[in-house]
Amino acid sequence: MNGAEAIVKCLKSEGVEIVFGYSGVAIDPFWNALKDSGIKGVLVRTEQNAGHAASGYARVSEKVGVCAVTSGPGATNLLTGIATAYADSIPLVCITGQVETSQIGSDVFQEADVIGAAESFVKYSFLVKDVRDLPRVFHEAFYIAGSGRKGPVLIDVPQDVQEASIRDFTYPESDPALRTYKPTVRGHIVQIRKVAKELEKAKRPLVCCGGGIHLSGAGEEFRAFVEKFRLPVVWTMMGLGVLPTEHEMGLGMVGNNGHSNANRAMRECDLLIMMGARVADRAVADPDLTFDGKVLVHIDVDPAEIGKNVGPTIPIVGDVKHILADLLDMDIKCRPHEDWIAALYEYRSERRTLSQAAKGKSGFVDAPKFVALLSSMLKEDAVYVADVGQNQIISCLNCEIRKGRFLTSGGMGTMGYSIPAALGAKKADPERQVVAVCGDGAFQMSMMELALIHQEKLPIKIVVVKNSYLGLVREHQKKTYPGDYTMVALGDEPDLKHIAAAYGIDWFLASEMKGLKERIKKFLDSEDGALLEVRIDPMVDIK
Amino acid sequence: MHTRVFQLLVDNTSGVLSRISGLFSRRGYNIESITAGVTADPRFTRITIVTSGDDDILEQIEKQLAKLIDVRSVKELKPENSVYRELCLIKVEVEPEKMQNVIALAGIYHATIEDLTENSLMIVITENQSKIDTFINVLTKSEYKILEIARTGIAGLQRGTDGVIWFD
Repeated sequence: MNGAEAIVKCLKSEGVEIVFGYSGVAIDPFWNALKDSGIKGVLVRTEQNAGHAASGYARVSEKVGVCAVTSGPGATNLLTGIATAYADSIPLVCITGQVETSQIGSDVFQEADVIGAAESFVKYSFLVKDVRDLPRVFHEAFYIAGSGRKGPVLIDVPQDVQEASIRDFTYPESDPALRTYKPTVRGHIVQIRKVAKELEKAKRPLVCCGGGIHLSGAGEEFRAFVEKFRLPVVWTMMGLGVLPTEHEMGLGMVGNNGHSNANRAMRECDLLIMMGARVADRAVADPDLTFDGKVLVHIDVDPAEIGKNVGPTIPIVGDVKHILADLLDMDIKCRPHEDWIAALYEYRSERRTLSQAAKGKSGFVDAPKFVALLSSMLKEDAVYVADVGQNQIISCLNCEIRKGRFLTSGGMGTMGYSIPAALGAKKADPERQVVAVCGDGAFQMSMMELALIHQEKLPIKIVVVKNSYLGLVREHQKKTYPGDYTMVALGDEPDLKHIAAAYGIDWFLASEMKGLKERIKKFLDSEDGALLEVRIDPMVDIK
Repeated sequence: MHTRVFQLLVDNTSGVLSRISGLFSRRGYNIESITAGVTADPRFTRITIVTSGDDDILEQIEKQLAKLIDVRSVKELKPENSVYRELCLIKVEVEPEKMQNVIALAGIYHATIEDLTENSLMIVITENQSKIDTFINVLTKSEYKILEIARTGIAGLQRGTDGVIWFD
């Protein structure tokens, strides 16, 4: 057996079913070994998208996503994918081919120090110099990526290591006993009891959930918890979909792009329980003021996030799934707070809807209404992938999520995420309906993947919200440099009808509100991959 | 702004020092000195870092260091119960007739003379940082000219047996 075959065996042992990637000489031994292994290789059209596709796969399958690319430019192209996954704590194992061990450091063809380049946005990285280390390295990599605060792990494997022969292959069975890495799983019971006490005292309790609930697979426990104690819930962008958006306890998204009523609830509550959310700058406009005089409970698996942006009253480090189970087991008698809930309902009914704010001229589609309509017509468990920009914010504020998932690049805000991530999501669960919603800017960053959608016959539905501008930046420039737009006009754009046709994808157009529902239905009902071009008024602001 | 000394026990993997120094640069933390050396158990390296910042920053530094996969333990070495030592080599230009004065001055600071030419001396001092600073200050203010200085940054250990990590 050679190193490449050993890697495939490692992946098999980890239950890997699919690897997204791109070929190249330095990773070829690996692809060659993968060929008849039963693990599927999916050839994306640029390496960055291998990272995004693995991310979409990981988020829907709740497994570690795997991608593999070649050395040098392959590896550097992947960096954005790794950084995007890191910012959203998505578990990936990224394999890069490397030049031969003896040539490392001599600037040979297609050599780049990817370990050094990726250092600040990987959870951990390995350079494998001895073929015998492969089983241990892969075992540790999967464990590190998928435990504690999840994240991408990079394994750089020189070509000669992939080709070297390995005599004894044994894959470790139990979790690796790492001398220095021991993530906290159970929350401290004393701290959890303190939360129970605060819940009994609070007049205006509020729970804010983040992406950590998804990552810990704690959706059911979370729902049981807020229903049992009738706790109103707001969410961050990454926590969207933890509760159905129309859930009776659900108030909306917080943050500077969020719902006004959700932010108001954050200001007025007297007990705020943050779960699996890092209180990031986009989520809380002014963290210090927000928590003035409040009891703040911060539950996070990463101790470094607690106190980084706000100083909590009760910090709890641990996996939120276990902590919620502990809280559900306790006999907590919440003080009745129906008047608070009633007030929150009133705020919710008064919320300024985007449709009012973003009403465009006739002859265009009203984007917020479109998003609401589209999401209501999706299957109950559909995966909705939003890109970055105006389309992302419109999606977050208006789409209805029931039992499905909402995926987006929240932390890094990487344009072009939606199509490859949708591709990965579809591969994770082929039976599920998957829709990617992007702007015309992001679409042109990732439209090469239409080729893959066609090649693999993936029935992914792509919505391109077209306004011929990089809309969110245009909006920023409007406020910052009034009347002075630069580098945001996409001009006379390529005809999406012809683009779709060139890639063998069905094209649909929505350019007015009239008959919109029928058009969306036709688009969703189409058999294979399809593209819906939605024309919106370019000068409409969303804020 | 406070200065704080952290002691780290880390896995002796390749690149561990760059992971740690990289953390300081990418998060914009100050690093005043860093020293590293293998421990009695060759699997581990002990690192002493002198850093500064306000309380929030120092708390984040400690947490972010602890989060690194290779880091086994992070603890603060408090001045009141720790021993810090730094090695400093100082090359001074001295006229031959004034050599004795410099040697006497070095003696006061328990420094030794490790090299001597017709017009220069190399003084080696192993002390805590403030004593070294004082000594350099005295030399600078004197009539002698300091030609070169090489300082190692401090290594430190906590006094007594409390908090000792026993290797498994």
